[in-house]
Amino acid sequence: MTTSTRPARRRPAAPRRPGDLAFAGLSLGSASLILLVLAGVAFFLAREGVPALTADPEEVTGGAGFGRYVLPLVIGTVISSVIAMVVATPVAVGIALFISHYAPRRVGTAVGFVVDLLAAVPSVVFGMWGLAVLAPQLGPLFGWLERNLGFLPFFGEASATGRTLLTASIVLAVMILPIITSVSREVFLQTPRLHEEAALALGATKWEMIRTAVLPFGTPGVVGGTMLGLGRALGETMAVAIILAPGALSWNLLGSGNKTIPSEIALNFPEAAGLRLSELIAAGLVLFLITLAVNLVARWIVARRAAFSGAGG
Amino acid sequence: MSAPLRPAPPVVPPPPPSRLRDVEGLVLSPLRPTTRRPAVLVGSLSVLLTVGLWLGDLHPGAAVAAGALTHLVLLYAVYRVLGGHRVAVDHVMRALVHLAFGLALLPLVSLLWTVLTLGGGRGFDPQFLWQTMNGVTGLHDQAYAEGRGDFVGGAFHAIVGTLVITGLATLISVPVGLFTAIYLVEYAAGNRLSSAVRFLVDVMTGIPSIVAGLFAFALFAQIFGLRDAKMGLAGAVALSVLMIPTVVRNSEEMLRIVPNELREASLALGVPKWRTIARIVLPTAASGLASGITLAVARVIGETAPLLVAVGYARALSWNPFEGPMNTLAVYAYFMFTKPLSPAVREPSLERAWAAALLLVLIVVALNLLARLIARLFAPKTGR
Repeated sequence: MTTSTRPARRRPAAPRRPGDLAFAGLSLGSASLILLVLAGVAFFLAREGVPALTADPEEVTGGAGFGRYVLPLVIGTVISSVIAMVVATPVAVGIALFISHYAPRRVGTAVGFVVDLLAAVPSVVFGMWGLAVLAPQLGPLFGWLERNLGFLPFFGEASATGRTLLTASIVLAVMILPIITSVSREVFLQTPRLHEEAALALGATKWEMIRTAVLPFGTPGVVGGTMLGLGRALGETMAVAIILAPGALSWNLLGSGNKTIPSEIALNFPEAAGLRLSELIAAGLVLFLITLAVNLVARWIVARRAAFSGAGG
Repeated sequence: MSAPLRPAPPVVPPPPPSRLRDVEGLVLSPLRPTTRRPAVLVGSLSVLLTVGLWLGDLHPGAAVAAGALTHLVLLYAVYRVLGGHRVAVDHVMRALVHLAFGLALLPLVSLLWTVLTLGGGRGFDPQFLWQTMNGVTGLHDQAYAEGRGDFVGGAFHAIVGTLVITGLATLISVPVGLFTAIYLVEYAAGNRLSSAVRFLVDVMTGIPSIVAGLFAFALFAQIFGLRDAKMGLAGAVALSVLMIPTVVRNSEEMLRIVPNELREASLALGVPKWRTIARIVLPTAASGLASGITLAVARVIGETAPLLVAVGYARALSWNPFEGPMNTLAVYAYFMFTKPLSPAVREPSLERAWAAALLLVLIVVALNLLARLIARLFAPKTGR
């Protein structure tokens, strides 16, 4: 009887089977490998890039040190990505609303598939299309912009070939459209049904319902999706490398000139050696850090929204 | 007069301020019911205008822009008169949303059309599919352009490289990604490591593809030396960095929707945990896992930048991913497009580039359709 009054003893542990150990070990190992890979990306880029940072400033391309070399690249990258983001976001929100609130369900699913397809097209094909089809079409528009809005600093002398930062940005906008659309669509679809019906019951038109119920609920998600799109545009390489005729930093978006970090790497890496290689790898490290920061902010915004609404997961 | 006969009207006190009117910023504007018919009319008018401008020698883009703008302005004006400001705004917004959809469709259609028309000639030519670029020079292209020789050179080596490198990347990513997902769903009950891993997977999703390539190159340069660093395996490692997060995300989602009752039933019967996972959880989620992995493959198969950096560019056929550069379809298209064999006669090289682009697009579309098909055909029967 003494045993029964005591708290029950721990039940015998399940036998440790080798299969279980192996499976748990493999799973834990794979998960840890991901930590390792990310640390490895930062470590190896830093290791190979350090010579460019410590080298004699005279020897770095441009002759004024790595900072002066990479700054125009950073500015070009940021300008092109921000233009892409500004162009893509309204269209993406429009498509997301079309799928979630305007189109019949079947049509919406089909449109969703088409947008996914847009995301799957390889970037090199986008670049070729941009140079062969889009750039010649944009030529006249650029000429018109120069003639009529030429007083603005970023609409300078127009390039005849259309191989400009603006063309590249527009192609980038098409490329990041799918990701912004899919994130926005998700949050719009999560709008509480009761909010929408309440708005309609108060006499709102469909647009007023969207403005008062759907958009306020979805805005953080749209912002997060936009930031994700920005992150993707920052790292996009081939489209810019093919379309843009690279040159020195310039405010003129209609002429050739400007460079972005990824296109600079792609264009110069095959022939690079020695210090030049280190420069390019260090530039890659800078790009990695920028996209990391943008993505962290984006994830934070999306996660915060999920916490507010309880809708995430 | 009749007025004195009537009793004087009672003095009506001014009405108490309507509470609705006190609401700040509230505009009370009644709606008048309208139909869609005027919208159709305005739309037809705008289309007519667009076609007219187009035929009238205006740039097609400008004609469409003018037509769209006219449509919006007319739409607002007509519904403003018929139904008031709010109705008009509603209709304009509806039109804008539809326009956005059309605007997104435009580049996709144009792109597919371009790739089909420019790549269709060579893309299905068996000679193009079975030849490599070994020994092909600009002189061959010039001879072909002048009608003195056959079209030579193809993309066989690039197709082989694409399959080998993507296959290797899949071999690396699927086990790692799948086991990570298993860890997140089955083993880590929301502990610290799991939230860290989930966070880092998100971070990994955002790694620019060229940075992944640089990482693989730097890693292999450490191991094999700068001179011998470029090889197929390095490309596979770079692609894995891009692929693993997609596999983890998709697989985690699929494993989570496996009903817990299945796991509990299996464990209650005394089946070890690992066998429960291997025999119950994975098969139940198999269709979703397969479709997620297919999508991940589709995402990386068209990657150019990391392979350009980590694998280099080869003209001859190479099946060996452990030594020397290889070629892949995307890199092949890039080099043929930007650095034609013969700068004077670009056409043959451009033909090759577009043919390779067509093959890539076909592969990617096929993989996407396959993923949908797998998900639909082999969906688990969970009884819900």
